[in-house]
Amino acid sequence: MSNSNGHGAGAAVAHAHAAPTGFIRKYIFSKDHKVIGLQYYFLALTAVWVGMILSLFMRIHLVWPNVPIPLFGEIKPETYLTLLTMHGTIMVFFVLTTAPQGGFGNYVLPIQIGAPDMAFPTLNMLSFWVTFLAFVALIAAFFVAGGAPLGGWTAYAPLSAIPLAGPGQGAGMDLWITSIALFCIASLLGALNFITTTLDLRAKGMTLMRMPLTCWSWFVTAILGLLAFGVLLAAGVLLLLDRNLGTSFFVPGGLNVSGVVIKHKGGSPLLWQHLFWFFGHPEVYIAILPGMGVTSQILSTFARKPIFGYKAMVYAMMAIGILGFVVWGHHMFMSGMSPYSAFAFSIMTMAIGVPSAIKTFNWLGTLWKGKIRFVSPMLFAIGFVSLFVSGGLSGPFLAQPALDIPLHDTFFVVAHFHLIMGVAAIFGIFAATYYWFPKMFGRMMNESLGRIHFFITFIGTYAIFMPMHYEGLAGRPRRYSSLDVVQFLHPMKPLELFITVAAILTIAAQFVFLFNLFWSMFKGKKASDNPWEATTLEWTTATPPPHDNFGGKVPVVNNGPYEYGVPGVARDYVMQTDPPVPAAKH
Amino acid sequence: MSTFSPTITEPKPRMGGGGGGPVSRFPGGGGGGGRGDDSPDFGETLRRYRLGLAVGLAAVLMLFVSFTSAYIVRQGLGTWDAQTQTYVNDWRPLSLPMGLLMMNTLFILAASFTIEMARRTAFQAAVMAPVVAIPGIAAEKRSPAPWLPLTLLLGFAFLIGQWMAWKELARRGFYLASNPSSSFFYVLTGMHGLHLIGGLIALLYAATIVAFRTRALERKRIIVDITAWYWHFMALLWLYIFALLKFEA
Repeated sequence: MSNSNGHGAGAAVAHAHAAPTGFIRKYIFSKDHKVIGLQYYFLALTAVWVGMILSLFMRIHLVWPNVPIPLFGEIKPETYLTLLTMHGTIMVFFVLTTAPQGGFGNYVLPIQIGAPDMAFPTLNMLSFWVTFLAFVALIAAFFVAGGAPLGGWTAYAPLSAIPLAGPGQGAGMDLWITSIALFCIASLLGALNFITTTLDLRAKGMTLMRMPLTCWSWFVTAILGLLAFGVLLAAGVLLLLDRNLGTSFFVPGGLNVSGVVIKHKGGSPLLWQHLFWFFGHPEVYIAILPGMGVTSQILSTFARKPIFGYKAMVYAMMAIGILGFVVWGHHMFMSGMSPYSAFAFSIMTMAIGVPSAIKTFNWLGTLWKGKIRFVSPMLFAIGFVSLFVSGGLSGPFLAQPALDIPLHDTFFVVAHFHLIMGVAAIFGIFAATYYWFPKMFGRMMNESLGRIHFFITFIGTYAIFMPMHYEGLAGRPRRYSSLDVVQFLHPMKPLELFITVAAILTIAAQFVFLFNLFWSMFKGKKASDNPWEATTLEWTTATPPPHDNFGGKVPVVNNGPYEYGVPGVARDYVMQTDPPVPAAKH
Repeated sequence: MSTFSPTITEPKPRMGGGGGGPVSRFPGGGGGGGRGDDSPDFGETLRRYRLGLAVGLAAVLMLFVSFTSAYIVRQGLGTWDAQTQTYVNDWRPLSLPMGLLMMNTLFILAASFTIEMARRTAFQAAVMAPVVAIPGIAAEKRSPAPWLPLTLLLGFAFLIGQWMAWKELARRGFYLASNPSSSFFYVLTGMHGLHLIGGLIALLYAATIVAFRTRALERKRIIVDITAWYWHFMALLWLYIFALLKFEA
């Protein structure tokens, strides 16, 4: 191989991986996975602020119902429902499905496997811009006649299937469906790219079992996305037909809506629920798996120890992925299903607790007797473990049909999914940001600001969501715009005030993060190529990486991904491209 | 310290043009290439694109699995009849325009045949390329049959035939919203047709732009190969949809 330079390869390489020139090709319509990854990240950053502000309005309204929001106005009950619908939609799709996979996956995966880019860079670029278009379409729903939809991010029929059914259920709902359909297509194309890249573009020596767990998490997530988003797309198509062309897939007969007799008949609202949740459950694993991968990566790096039980971690992720496809009925326990079906779904749901517990114990095993460095990414990774447990533990409760009877559609469910998605997955994103920021921007983030951000957010989110378990057990329903309506909810008002104050403080702390992020991009301390002394391939290349990731060289991998503290080696870490470790076992 | 292979991946010459134009990623991957022959990198690239297509088709399959599932569920459901206060089965199987649909089936199967011939011809041309490149050896001056344009024709014929089938159904009084059975006919055939149009666009691209503007035979072969497999999938999908509609009646 050493005489390949005789082929005039230097010039040829510059040709093949010619860096694009011009602002548009470099930063707007770029096919470079690093640029695309950042584009996804900043889209998600925008989306999360929109989503947070919507939730802030909700929290303020719950506690001070008669106060009009500045620049927004009075929050009527239907407005509240719109806020929560759009909050959920934006957060689940444009933050939790976009940042971990589209953002960090795109940026880091090719580098971590030693590839110059994704398998299909043009398709990658297309995926981002279709996602962007989807976001524009969703936000546009706020501005059309009738406003944004109000049926929840779950858009149950027949409310979602009949334009007359409520304010925002007209053009707003159509835009919502269009946005989601576009998002599905973009995600499917992205999943195609991730799977092909992982299977086919690994560098020499990078066997599947030497891949960092981040790569495994993106791979399993991509497979989930590939199989799940098509189902949501089908559901969306059928819903659009029901709404606009008079079909009756989801609309039952005999409906009288707002005084108008609806002519559709024969459809089934349950069909929507099945289709939606068959997608919806894998979707939440899509949201959490990359966070698990990043946590494994970071815990190992900053405990200076190999991940405990690498193979178990891989198989656990696969098990979570596979099991995630057979549990969708646990979102439908109260839909009137046969108790036998409920039993089957319940058993499978509890079964997911096994690989999840395996992963949790392995994270603890990684930390055990490690030489822990408590830097910001590590704090957020440890926070992820804590929140994954807190949020996850309420899952088995809800997985019991008998317990779900009083708990369904209460704040117990809200607590569960917010702790695990709205906090743990977000902590995964924060951890990844603090971890890879030096590689992406060539500078370090401010460590003090990072710690302030962590501690306020960690305590704040627990303060917001833990009390909600209590409220749910006491019977507080979801999606109520006011506590005044029912007498038995009145005693919860002080708790609600506490939650709102915690929310305001926690949101305020996010400004610290935002400032740190942008300030450090320009004024942060310059970062070396490997500031964390980590082992994986992205830390072998320049900071920030050149256009083809490795500057014309092709890495050859000799070691596993987490060779920390190898006996017989002077340094406490061995990089994947270093000569093979003595008595290496991969 | 860290090992880096001094091998720099040799890109394949393509498209004659300079750095402009669409960037095609034909990297050999680490450790491959460098052997001076077209085959290893070309084989890897073909495999990569085939893998991408297979993965993408899995997603398309899931879309039709969802529609099938909805179809089967809907058949078993009834509609609530207010007068009798019971669920009444309102599934009225469609009388399908069998003649037209059979004709369309023949068209799409024939298209599968012609594009398979195109795929194999492209393969032979690519294999022969290094031989023919040797000065003094002339290729047989037989102009190959126009398999790609034939496929285009057959593909369009299928689409037009589907449109005629829709018109026939409408003539019999079955529109999209007439009854659940007709809704599913239009949805299943319509979504298949939409994907087929995508295949036609790919075919147009392969038959015109690639045929006339691309010099590199490997690139031509890959594009024809991928388009061909997509078409085979569309044909199989159609057979499945046709069977579903016919035998679920």
